[in-house]
Amino acid sequence: MRFLLVEDNQSLASAILDRLRLDGHVVDHAANISLAEEFVITTDYDLILLDIMLPDGDGRSFLKMQRDHRSETPVIVLTARSEVSDRVGVLDLGADDYLTKPFDFSELEARCRAVLRRRGGRSSNQKRIGGLTFDPLSGLLEVCGLEVPLRNKELRLLEIFLAAPDQIFSKARLVDRLFSYDEEVSENAIEVYVGRLRKKIAGSGVEIQTVRGLGYRIRLQ
Amino acid sequence: MRLSALSLCLTLWAAIAGAFEVEEHALFGAADGRVLRILSTTDTHILRPLIDSFLDARPGVAVDYLSVSSAEVMRAIVDEGERFDLVLSSAMDLQIKLANDGYTRPHRSAWTPLVPDWGNWRDHVFAFSQETASVVLSRAAFADQDLPRTRQDLIDLLRSDPDRFQGRVGTYDVAVSGLGYLFATQDARTAESYWRLMEVLGGLQVKLYCCSGEMIEAVAEGRIDMAYNVLGSYARARTDLAESILVIEPEEYTNMMMRTAVIMRDAAEPDLAGAFADHLIAAAWSDPPAPDYPFPGPPATDRPEGASLRPISLGPGLLVFLDRLKRQRFLEEWRNAVQQE
Amino acid sequence: MSDRLRSSGSIRRRLTIQLVGSAAVLAALLFLIVQTFTRELAEETHDRILLASATSIMDAVSVRAREVSVDLPYAALSMLSNVSDDRVFYRVMLGAETLTGYDDLPVPRPEPRAIGAMFETLVYKGESVRMATTVRWLSRNGVSTPLTISVAQTRTGQTERLADLTRTALLLGAGFFAVAVLLAVWTAQSSIRPLRELAGMVSRRGPTDLRPVTRPVPAEMAPLVRSLNSFIDRLRLSLSRSEDFIAEAAHRVRTPLATVRTQAENTLHRIERPENRNALREMIRAIDESSRAAGQLLDHAMVSFRADSLERTPFDLTDLVAELVNRLRPVADLKDIELFLEISGPHVMSGDPILVQNAVRNLLDNAIKYAPEESRVIVSLAGDATTHVLCIRDAAGGFHEDEIDGLTERFVRGRNAEGTVGSGLGLTIAREVAEAHGGRLDIANTKDGAGACVCLHFPSA
Repeated sequence: MRFLLVEDNQSLASAILDRLRLDGHVVDHAANISLAEEFVITTDYDLILLDIMLPDGDGRSFLKMQRDHRSETPVIVLTARSEVSDRVGVLDLGADDYLTKPFDFSELEARCRAVLRRRGGRSSNQKRIGGLTFDPLSGLLEVCGLEVPLRNKELRLLEIFLAAPDQIFSKARLVDRLFSYDEEVSENAIEVYVGRLRKKIAGSGVEIQTVRGLGYRIRLQ
Repeated sequence: MRLSALSLCLTLWAAIAGAFEVEEHALFGAADGRVLRILSTTDTHILRPLIDSFLDARPGVAVDYLSVSSAEVMRAIVDEGERFDLVLSSAMDLQIKLANDGYTRPHRSAWTPLVPDWGNWRDHVFAFSQETASVVLSRAAFADQDLPRTRQDLIDLLRSDPDRFQGRVGTYDVAVSGLGYLFATQDARTAESYWRLMEVLGGLQVKLYCCSGEMIEAVAEGRIDMAYNVLGSYARARTDLAESILVIEPEEYTNMMMRTAVIMRDAAEPDLAGAFADHLIAAAWSDPPAPDYPFPGPPATDRPEGASLRPISLGPGLLVFLDRLKRQRFLEEWRNAVQQE
Repeated sequence: MSDRLRSSGSIRRRLTIQLVGSAAVLAALLFLIVQTFTRELAEETHDRILLASATSIMDAVSVRAREVSVDLPYAALSMLSNVSDDRVFYRVMLGAETLTGYDDLPVPRPEPRAIGAMFETLVYKGESVRMATTVRWLSRNGVSTPLTISVAQTRTGQTERLADLTRTALLLGAGFFAVAVLLAVWTAQSSIRPLRELAGMVSRRGPTDLRPVTRPVPAEMAPLVRSLNSFIDRLRLSLSRSEDFIAEAAHRVRTPLATVRTQAENTLHRIERPENRNALREMIRAIDESSRAAGQLLDHAMVSFRADSLERTPFDLTDLVAELVNRLRPVADLKDIELFLEISGPHVMSGDPILVQNAVRNLLDNAIKYAPEESRVIVSLAGDATTHVLCIRDAAGGFHEDEIDGLTERFVRGRNAEGTVGSGLGLTIAREVAEAHGGRLDIANTKDGAGACVCLHFPSA
């Protein structure tokens, strides 16, 4: 997906950029409002991440401008301020959701997905492999034309695999991606979820292959 | 109930009893009960019904009734200090003097409000009748005559025919009669026609009398043809003489006196005196007056609106003609007018 | 706190008492003046009539051939009956000789060559009488002899009249006093009105209304209002500084934390060695704990501030809870926790929606955090005419019975919370919000012991 990150704090911005690119997204970075406005004019984004406190003004004015231009791009506001005082203002001004810093990336993902799902049905980002059709936006899986319901973790697991087919993902990495830091989870839990996923994609001509000692990958059978 | 009514005659008894002259003396009621001593100028027979009705309600009470002339009233009380409980008199001026000089006591009861303001002086003097000073004429003498309507008519009539009326006119001897003096002085104050009339009468050798009763009888019996300033009530009460006498009130004004009652300060029976006074008041001022009320006409509680009736005011003004010098003067003038020799 | 003001009496009462007191003094004064004046007038009038009577007698004196004679006019005594029904006495004296009248009436001896009237009050025949005496000097045998005429009248009528006058004066005084009292009350009331209006206006303001007082006030109140406005200014300044501080603190604490966390996560991706991984995970957990703590501390400060000066507006609790549930659904989804919302009936309540939202969010956060994967959290909103009851039920294993009471104390965490990140302020915040609204927070384990139920009670009105 194509993101625009509007954030003035350089170190935080580069950390976020890093992480998003790691997940395979394309991200543009604007350090202030005027830059952000330029970017928005020239490029269509799937989602904008907007910091509220910017050097050349309040992020709210950017929101207002977007709304005035009837921009369709969803915006998630990042704020370090207390939620109590900002809640009403931000959502009323046109932001789709907000996150308080520091935020959990899984939550960011979940919220992005929710926002995008609300905004528009299917995206052009459908992934096809073999008999598998997967829309990461709506989280819909079709195996040979038949819809298969997925639980949350199964969905995320599938998303990780399909983002880089043939790439091997270690259990450790999968644990990082699937579980919050609160939970003490052993790597064997991954086996359970992989097993479930395997069952669900059976018959699609796609398989999740165990690479002993290294991890798992998804590939055409 | 009363045992008997003793009626004693008179002058002799009086002569024995005391120095002041008593005309009548009667004791009514229980002889051994409480005695109410009444001194009055009213003839006994006139008040008798009221006395009887008073005693009817009070067994064990007696009334000692003395009838005297008004002058004798003053003599008895002021000069001789006699003790009485109640004094009834037609001489309003003398009653006022008694009250003014402190011989009386005030009386207030449930009945006293019946008496109108002008009939009550300081709650000491209570009026219980209204009687006119009238002219009594012989029917026979005036049979073929227009009746005189005013004093002026009278004067003209008498002047016109002096021979006819010579010695045939009468009036009060004001030196002797208290009521006579009162009528005369009030008359003199009211109009100067009085003195002219007196002169005319004097010229006709007017006969002088002590009392209204005698004057009335004199006219009835034909001894005189006309009596001036007679108590109209007495004259009208003599129904037996109605055939022979005429009672008229002069039109331009007719004086009206009020018979009054006072309770003496040194009364032995002040409660009884008060009760009797109330009895009189109730009889006189109720509407209609009591059946045993002997005096004529309802004494209206308003001043009568008769064109000529002129009631004599109850007040200290009445003391004026009792003034020694004033009285001296008046009598002198009167004698000069009336006793012409 | 502000009820303990020491009251030093009431201005209105003081004003009223003073005005009524003055009115009483004035009324008494009026009474005395009227009484004295009318008394003197009445007595003067009486004296004049007595003198008129004496004079009329004097006018009727004639000297004839050395003989002094008096023709008492009728009017002289009858005029006195117009005054009242009083006893009348008179005496005409030439020198020491009584010509006529009451010869024991004590007549004053006139000064030589004195003219004019003399007035005296004395006792005669046992009663108090007022006497007027007039003198005329006659020459008799070359000697100047006084001719005195005295007229006296008892004073019963006069006394009655004076009593009437006193009564009238008293009524007048009383009437005046009554009117003055009414006026006093009204005056006190209306004088106090500007004070009351100002007090009413200021007290009617909401807790966050910090506008200066601009309405016109009487000159005497101006210094007070000026001080009040300056207080308001300082308070407003101080409050906005606090708000700014909190916002600034939030920003400054959280931004660096966000950076650290993101970098830590990124690093974790690149590291394979388990002990390094564990270290990084520990780091991330510690960062989460501090940021959550910071967040909750700031939340708590904000909540306390708002709860102290609670401003109530009506809002729909149902909408608020529904929105909140929707907002947290993505977070719940991460753990495959199903969020259910059970609502019965509309729930409009009066309170601070931001505080309530904060409290409910804290509780819901708690529930989602402690609930195991693939379990259920049920949010129910019920209640009757007097109370709204919002309950969050989870299957997180429940609390230990002995620690339930202490859970809402600050920084207290249940034993089941060990191993999870949290600061222990969540329940405290929720309890404070409930109590600020006049309600309460209840914690109980569910009947089957599988979880706990935390309920917020808010009164309706």
